[in-house]
Amino acid sequence: MLVTLAIPSTIVCLYSLLTRGAYGGVERPWTLENFKLLGDPLYLMIFFRSLWIAAAATALCIGLAFPLVLFIARSRRKNLCLSLVILPFWTSFLIRIYAWMFLLRDTGLINTVLRGAGLIHDPLPLLYNDGAVLLGLVYGFLPFAVLPLYATVERLDPALLEAAADLGAKPLDALFRVTIPLCAPGIRAAAILTFVPCLGTYLTSDLLGGSKTILIGNVIQNQFTAARDWPFGAALSVVLMMLALVLMFAARRHGEELV
Amino acid sequence: MKRGLALYAIAVYAFLHLPLLILALFSFNASKFTLWEGFSLRWYRAALADADLVQSAINSLIIAISATALATTIGTLAAYALWKRSSTWLAGSLYLSLVTPEIVTGVSLLAFFQWAFRFLHWKLGMHTVILAHVAFSVAYVAVVVMARLRTFDPALEEAALDLGADEFGAFRRVTLPYLWPAIAAAAMLAFTVSIDDYVITSLVAGIDSQTLPMTIYAMARRGVNPMLNAISTMVVIVLGAMVLMAERLRSS
Amino acid sequence: MPALLELKQISKRFAAQCAVADVSLAIERGQFFSLLGPSGCGKTTTLRIVAGFETPTSGEVWLNGTRIDHLPPYQRNVNTVFQSYALFPHLTVRENIEFGLRRKRAYGCAARVANVLEQVRLTGKENRKPDELSGGERQRVALARALVLEPDVLLLDEPLSALDPQLRKQVRAELKDLQRRSGITFLFVTHDQEEALSLSDRMAVMNGGVVEQAGTPREIYQRPKTKFLASFLGAMNWIGGVGVRPECTRIARESNGNGARRGLVTRSVFLGSSIHVETRLENGDVVLAQVAANGDAYREGETVHVWWNSSDELHFPE
Repeated sequence: MLVTLAIPSTIVCLYSLLTRGAYGGVERPWTLENFKLLGDPLYLMIFFRSLWIAAAATALCIGLAFPLVLFIARSRRKNLCLSLVILPFWTSFLIRIYAWMFLLRDTGLINTVLRGAGLIHDPLPLLYNDGAVLLGLVYGFLPFAVLPLYATVERLDPALLEAAADLGAKPLDALFRVTIPLCAPGIRAAAILTFVPCLGTYLTSDLLGGSKTILIGNVIQNQFTAARDWPFGAALSVVLMMLALVLMFAARRHGEELV
Repeated sequence: MKRGLALYAIAVYAFLHLPLLILALFSFNASKFTLWEGFSLRWYRAALADADLVQSAINSLIIAISATALATTIGTLAAYALWKRSSTWLAGSLYLSLVTPEIVTGVSLLAFFQWAFRFLHWKLGMHTVILAHVAFSVAYVAVVVMARLRTFDPALEEAALDLGADEFGAFRRVTLPYLWPAIAAAAMLAFTVSIDDYVITSLVAGIDSQTLPMTIYAMARRGVNPMLNAISTMVVIVLGAMVLMAERLRSS
Repeated sequence: MPALLELKQISKRFAAQCAVADVSLAIERGQFFSLLGPSGCGKTTTLRIVAGFETPTSGEVWLNGTRIDHLPPYQRNVNTVFQSYALFPHLTVRENIEFGLRRKRAYGCAARVANVLEQVRLTGKENRKPDELSGGERQRVALARALVLEPDVLLLDEPLSALDPQLRKQVRAELKDLQRRSGITFLFVTHDQEEALSLSDRMAVMNGGVVEQAGTPREIYQRPKTKFLASFLGAMNWIGGVGVRPECTRIARESNGNGARRGLVTRSVFLGSSIHVETRLENGDVVLAQVAANGDAYREGETVHVWWNSSDELHFPE
C-alpha cells in the first residue's frame, strides 16, 4: 500500500532536484534550478490563470449546486433526483467533453442552429477559449459539489428552519442565517473536492481550450512528453501537490472527513 | 419559491444530460455534417469494423478487469487493516492520493516506472498501465469500504470469536458479508475510473497498450467525427447498463 | 472443590491508566454472580478478560481447573451476551443461533436450536432477520445464541440496558428463571444496583478498577465494608461520620428521649408506598427518613425529632 502510494511521490520530489538528461530522463548534479524557473513570468502567468479558472469553476459549481441540493432535499423522490446528478459521473469524462466539442465548434450544433435561424452570419467563436474551459470544468465537476453539499443539507434538522420561522425569519433570512452557516462544512468539502481537480485539469483545457488556454496541467504533461524536461515537470508537480496538501490540511483542521 | 427551485433543477438536469443525448441522437445521422439527413447505422458499422478501435476496447477491458480485481482486494484489506489499527501514515497517504491531481499521479507513476526499470528489465506496456490503475484506484476502494466499516459494530466480530470462529472465520463469515455492498460499489467505482482514464494511462502506456480512451482522445483531438459519436454512444450505453445491473444486483 | 471460574490477581493496564487492578474472584458452579459498579469501574474489562477479548497485563484466569487466560476467545468454553446483542445482521434468527454449533461441528444441531428457541419463546420467528425483531426479542436471540452452546459460564454485559424500563423488569424475572432452569453459571455485569441485588446469589462491587467487596447481596447491603459501598448501594444518611439508612431512621413530633435530635422538615415527598421526609438537623446535617404512607403527614417548616437504633449505625474507619 505505502509502496504504491508514497514512493512515486517521493521519486517525483527527487527528480525535481535533478538536471535534465540529454534524451529525456534525469541526470546529476542536484540543483534547485528547476524551482527557480518557476519564477519566470511566463510560468507565473500560467499558474495564476490556473488558480483563477479553478477558483471560478469552484465558485460556479457551488453556486449552481446549492439551489439544486435544496430542491433535492425537499423533493419526494430524493434518490431519483440524486442519481440523475451522479449518473454522468458513471459515463466517460472524455466523452462528455467531446459532447461539448460537438456542440460548441464552429460547425457545431449551436452555431448551425443559430445560422439556420438567421440570427448570426459568421459562426460564434464558442470553442477554444477560457469560457469553454470553464464550462467544461463546471459540467464535469458539478456532481463533486452536489454530493458533499447534499450530505450536510440532508442532515439539517427541519426543526431548525421552523424555529427560525417561528422567531420571525423570512425564508431568505433563514437561508442565509441558518441553512448556509450550518452547511459550512459541506461547502468547504465541496470546494476542496472541486478546486483540487480543477487546478490540475489537463483534459478539459487540452480539448476545449485549444492552444490558447494553457494551464499548469498541460505544462506538466508537456514537460514529461514533448519537451522532455522531466526535472522541471517534476518541480511543477511538486508545487501542485503541495497546494493540494495545504488545502487538504486546511479542511481537515476543522476535524472533518473529506469524503 | 418552490416552483422556481423546480424550474431551476430542470434547467440543471438539462445542462447535465442534454449534451450526451444530442450526441447520441446525431450518432444515428446519415450525414457527415451536423445537419440531419435521416436515420442510419453507418457510423456504428464503421466503428465496429475498425480493427484498431476494437483492439483498444479489448485492451481497456483487460486492464479494467485486472486492475479492479487487484485494487478491490488491496483496498479492502487496507481499509480493514486501518480499521483494526489506525495508522496516520496510511490514512494520510490515502487521502493524499485522493486529492492529488490526476496529471501529478500520472507523472509520478511514470517517473517511478522509469526508476524501477533500472533494476528490472521491463518496458512500458499493459502491465504498467494495470499497476498504475491499481495505484490510483486503491484509495477510492479503501475510502468506500472504510465508510461502511465505520458503521460496523466491532462486537459482531467479537461475537463470532466468542461463538467459536477463529479470526479468519470471523472475517469471512461476519465482516465480509457486512462489507459486501460497499466492496461491490467500490469495485464498480474502480472499474469505471479505470476504463475511463486517459491522463494517467497515456503517460504510462506502451506501444502495445493503446486503450479506448486513448483512441477516443486521438480522434477528438483531430476534431469532430461522426464515427466518434457512435463510439461514444456505445460506451455510454454499455457503462450505463453495467451500472444499472450492478445496482439491481445490490438491491436484490 | 475448587471454584468453577477463578480470577487470580488480574490486572489490566491500558496505555495511560489502570483499568483493572489486582482483581481476584471465585465463582461456584450454578451461581448467578454479578459484577456491579459505576461506569468506568473496570467491570466490563474484567468480563472481557474472561471472554478472551482482552489479555490481562498480569494475573491468571482458571476455568474448570484449566488455565485459560492465554487462549483465544474461540477456544474457551464461555459465551457472551453483548450489550449491543451483536446479532449478525445478515443472518436469520436460526442462522445466528446455529453459528456457534456449526463452528463446533456439533451433532443434533436442529434439535438443539428448536429446544433453545422454545426456552426463550421464539418458536416461529426463526426465519426473521434481526432488524425485524423487537428489542426484547433481539435480547432473547442473543441469549439463545450463547445458551445453545451450553457454556461453562455465560457472560452477560449489561444485557438489559438497551430495553425500556417496563420491559426490563419483566425480562429480569425471566432471566433469573432461565438461569435456575438451565443450571448454567452466569457472570452478569451491570451498573444497576437493583438488578444486582435482586438477581444475584453472590456479587462483587467494583470501583476504580478494584473489588471493594464480594459477598451475598444481603451482606454487602447490610454490612458494607467501605464508605463508597454504603453510599453506592441504596441511600445513606451521613450524620457526623456515621451512616444510617433512611429506612432505619425514625421521625416523630415528640422526642422519645434518649439521643433524639431536633430538626426542621425541609421537604416531604409522597412516593405512593412510602413518604420521604427530609429534615435539617440543628448541626446542619440533612437527614432523610422513610416513613409509612399511611402514617403522619409532615408539613415543611415543622419541628420534628429524629432518632435511630445504635445497632443500625454503620461505622467506617477514616
